[in-house]
Amino acid sequence: MVKYVLQRLGIGLVTLFVLVAITFTMTKLMPGSPLQSKNVTGAVLEKMEAKYGLDKPPVQQFFIYCANLLRGDLGMSYKKVGTNVSDIIANSIGPTMRLGLVTFCMTLVIGVGIGILMARTRSNFIKGIWLSGLTLGVSVPNFIIALLLMIIFGVQLRWFPILGLATPMHFVLPAIAQGLYPISAVARLTQSSFEEVMKQDYVTMARAKGLSARVITFRHILKNALLPVITYMGPMVAFLLTGSVVIENLYTIPGIGKEFVNAITNHDYTLVMGITIFIGGIIIVCNLLADLICSFVDPRIKNSR
Amino acid sequence: MNEERERLFRKLSREEKNDEMIAVESQTFLQAAWKNFKKNKRALVSGIVLLVVIALAIFGPMMVRYSYETQDPSARNMSASAQHWFGTDKFGRDIFVRILYGARISLMVGLVAAVINLAFGTIYGGISGYAGGKVDMMMMRVVDIIYSVPSMLYVVLIMLLFGASVTSVMIGISISSWIEMARIVRQEVLSLKEQEFTMAAFVLGASGKRILLKHLILNAMGPIIVTVTFMVPQAIFTEAWLSFLGIGISAPLASWGTLAQDARALIEVYPMQTVYPMLAICITIFAFNFVGEGLGRALDPKSKR
Repeated sequence: MVKYVLQRLGIGLVTLFVLVAITFTMTKLMPGSPLQSKNVTGAVLEKMEAKYGLDKPPVQQFFIYCANLLRGDLGMSYKKVGTNVSDIIANSIGPTMRLGLVTFCMTLVIGVGIGILMARTRSNFIKGIWLSGLTLGVSVPNFIIALLLMIIFGVQLRWFPILGLATPMHFVLPAIAQGLYPISAVARLTQSSFEEVMKQDYVTMARAKGLSARVITFRHILKNALLPVITYMGPMVAFLLTGSVVIENLYTIPGIGKEFVNAITNHDYTLVMGITIFIGGIIIVCNLLADLICSFVDPRIKNSR
Repeated sequence: MNEERERLFRKLSREEKNDEMIAVESQTFLQAAWKNFKKNKRALVSGIVLLVVIALAIFGPMMVRYSYETQDPSARNMSASAQHWFGTDKFGRDIFVRILYGARISLMVGLVAAVINLAFGTIYGGISGYAGGKVDMMMMRVVDIIYSVPSMLYVVLIMLLFGASVTSVMIGISISSWIEMARIVRQEVLSLKEQEFTMAAFVLGASGKRILLKHLILNAMGPIIVTVTFMVPQAIFTEAWLSFLGIGISAPLASWGTLAQDARALIEVYPMQTVYPMLAICITIFAFNFVGEGLGRALDPKSKR
């Protein structure tokens, strides 16, 4: 167990380091200096370069950057003068987290629910309808769902507000737009593993003992059928974070995704770098956690690797 | 005596003789696959739709009256009519024509990304699976590390480095999407190389390269083709998504994502202008997905019912 955890941690750390190295190299390869557009020359330019640490050789800059990173300092924004990248991230992570959390919980409840319903229906026709719905859910791109919801429920029917996250009503459309894909994925996962577990001997045994359907469903089957869903939670966080870039732009939510796109269009290199590393880091950590939880819940996993 | 025999027995015609044959007609791999594919109506219809979309993308722009950048101030924001099939945008450009040109860009991005993935993923996965042991372990660790960073971040970094253009979109998409292909090919090669025909080829003195290319990869062609078919819509989606955020392909060139982005500002007044490009994206992505699904069933000998 300890060896497995250490091994996974090691891989996670290496990945994080590679990510930092790649982003750093990329920003160094960018044409032109970030200070070029400021119309500064001579002594002022030198002073500014010294301030941002641009006068040192790239390798040394990299190590300084890494050391700062360990202290949680991601450098200064090039375009928003005087603000720290870490502060920008800290200020914009709130809305993203709130929306993400709502979507996350909604996905788990609805996705698992649909999965159970599907596994328990005996009618192939109804199952077919569910299946086509889920296929639709995984293949329509998220920005198209978001736009369609916006046009139909926001613009035409005016049922829900479409700007910002001020009230609970504001969460409805973005959460659905963001959640449709993970809900479909979770439902499929739950359904197939639920059906698998339903065939096990101990379920027949429980039924023979005369336990109620509810107890069998939740205590015997669901507990074992949820493993793939737990593994999927890591990628799901990744999906929600990257998806937030689109959703936040469409619904004008001042979160990290919106900040990211702004940074890209403004060529604010340090901010792009900082957010890239931040998002990448969260995703790596979440994947790691999902793997560890899984091996903790199901000891068979670590033995099979 | 002869008469008696003729009364009791009758000579069989050739067809009647063959009635007793139980074996089916022998088919080549492709014939069998095509026969299976035809049975799947959804996949067949999708295939036809795809051919139409591709034909429209290639020949459509040659046959229309307007160019994608001709602006007509007298015909702004018109709704659909016989003159302008899908109406015009805020500059008076014909939306149908712009969608035709957009199809060229979107399909090209999809196809190029798929070809790069095919070449790189197959070779990488093939070598990794065939070599096995330490080489395989190292190669797969590298893949794990690249894979754990979401592809969005690579695309964004590449766009920053090379500027927003069709080429950088294609490079960005290809950077991480070949990994799926590499994993699938490796898996196939791992199981195929243990089979007798590989041993036979080895005993006959075939070189490693020949075994890998002619025997292993050729036998893994089914899953490879299916994966490629699924990669095209993924690439189209990624491009549309980037352009939609305004960090992909920029004016006057227009992919479907750019068109949706352009029309977004006027979504409350002219929602149809966003709907057309979105429909184009959805139809293409669906068609590719269904064809991929059909191919998957047709090319997998185990799924024959």
